[in-house]
Amino acid sequence: MTQISRDDVLHLAQLSSLQLADDEVDSLQQDIGNILGYIEQLSELDTTGVEPTYQVTGLTNVWRDDVVDQSGVSREQLLALAPEQQNNSVKVPKVL
Amino acid sequence: MSKISDFVGNSARTNVETALEKARAASEYHALLSLTEERALERADAVDRGEITGRLAGVPFVVKDNFLALGAPSTAASKMLANFDAPLQATAVEKLEAEGAICIGKANLDAFAHGGSTENSAFGPTKNAHDQERVAGGSSGGSAVVTALDVVPFALGTDTGGSIRQPASFNGVVGVKPTYGTVSRYGVVAMASSTDTIGCFATNAEDAALVMDIMAGRDVRDMTTLPDFFTPKGSVALQKIGVIREYMSDDVDQEVRDQVAEYIETLKAVGHTVEEVSLPSIRYALAMYYIIVPAEVSSNLARYDGIRYGHRAEGIQTLAELYGRSRDEGFVTENKRRIMIGSYVLSSGYFDAYYQQAQKARTILINEYNTLFDQYDVLIGPVAPTPAFKLGENVADPVKMYLADIMTVPPSLAGLPAISVPAGRTQAGLPVGVQLIGRQQSDALLLALAASVEGK
Repeated sequence: MTQISRDDVLHLAQLSSLQLADDEVDSLQQDIGNILGYIEQLSELDTTGVEPTYQVTGLTNVWRDDVVDQSGVSREQLLALAPEQQNNSVKVPKVL
Repeated sequence: MSKISDFVGNSARTNVETALEKARAASEYHALLSLTEERALERADAVDRGEITGRLAGVPFVVKDNFLALGAPSTAASKMLANFDAPLQATAVEKLEAEGAICIGKANLDAFAHGGSTENSAFGPTKNAHDQERVAGGSSGGSAVVTALDVVPFALGTDTGGSIRQPASFNGVVGVKPTYGTVSRYGVVAMASSTDTIGCFATNAEDAALVMDIMAGRDVRDMTTLPDFFTPKGSVALQKIGVIREYMSDDVDQEVRDQVAEYIETLKAVGHTVEEVSLPSIRYALAMYYIIVPAEVSSNLARYDGIRYGHRAEGIQTLAELYGRSRDEGFVTENKRRIMIGSYVLSSGYFDAYYQQAQKARTILINEYNTLFDQYDVLIGPVAPTPAFKLGENVADPVKMYLADIMTVPPSLAGLPAISVPAGRTQAGLPVGVQLIGRQQSDALLLALAASVEGK
């Protein structure tokens, strides 16, 4: 079984921008350990000299003309989705 | 169960009112998160006035609630998007509406489509159409159940690693996961971009082919879509079919194997050739999947940050706290597991050992499929190792839950079309599905083959 420490879980949570509650850290530590234990079996498979596949239908870059497409959605509609707005902008807490 | 043709030509208002009534009568199954009643009735009246015509004029349907669709919030069964009123509709929905179809509601799913039972919905699980103590399957559980309960003749779903096929099997309906890139994913909540597909549930293979025919095709708003290749086939020639040996092992429920074996006998009786074949690297497919998919999930779900849309936590001071708390409150535990596994396998020092290794293993799996498809037209096996399991049975053990995907994941990794077709019932009356898998772009052949033996 793969051991993953509580600190590892907190580090992964930080990388993932998740502020977890304490009891959830404990259960995730166990679950993630178990899942990593399962997926580790893949290291048995010899993949020497094999190219990775990222795209399965053989498409390469697909281009379109560089023109603005509003997709039928207005600026106002998009702004209205934001939890907080002010002066035609999305409002966020102070960054600096 | 009704067919699409039972609805065409009727009063659209009557069709829609009947479907809404059936939806309300089935509320104990918790298959639907919302009804889009007002918009549905308006559209029905427009169809009845002759303003909208097409192959699905006045036919009611349901979307999985990870499709953006007007008339009710598009929630992905998450608190993150609980109040998200989409400003646009998914291309798939637009194409069906252009043919006169009428969306009457939005179906429950595992939050963000992460799961195999619909128990990960932030709004509570859906119950199986044939046994309310059992799961609907997932993640498209609600869509499968409304089709099985005859609320609507077809419903939309998404399938990343089995999310259409497995609930179709658990509820006794036809489920289609098409070739990767067949249907535009524009306006659908992204999960794992290298395997996400859009498909449907129907009561029979012919209806499923009609719905796929309408949805298929290139979309400039989804650059991964293929030029439209989907043409429904009326008849099917004799095929060479391979039974995947690894799918028929002792690990698979005996009753499931029996039903699949009976379906194979039916195919043989019609004259198709059926032989046993092997896909050795299939035993590693689930491990590949649970590396590649969480990696893509962690990237795709980074957009839910509480800034531009979706849930924002209250009483926060700093920007980091806004991200961290909004995401903690907006995601269910399974979302967090997958995001964190993704962060792990993509982090420096682990990337080659996990993510890169999985993508190389994927090449090996694809090569094995290609070798088989040099000799065989169709591959066959079960959809899932068991019939629908009990609610709560697997929730405490994520790995056990993942194992339910073991037969649906391999075709997803290779981008192959795969459909789930009802094969029969267990002695307890639970449906069992059979999975037909084909070469890329052979979707219509699989459906025609299924249609040719339906009811036999």
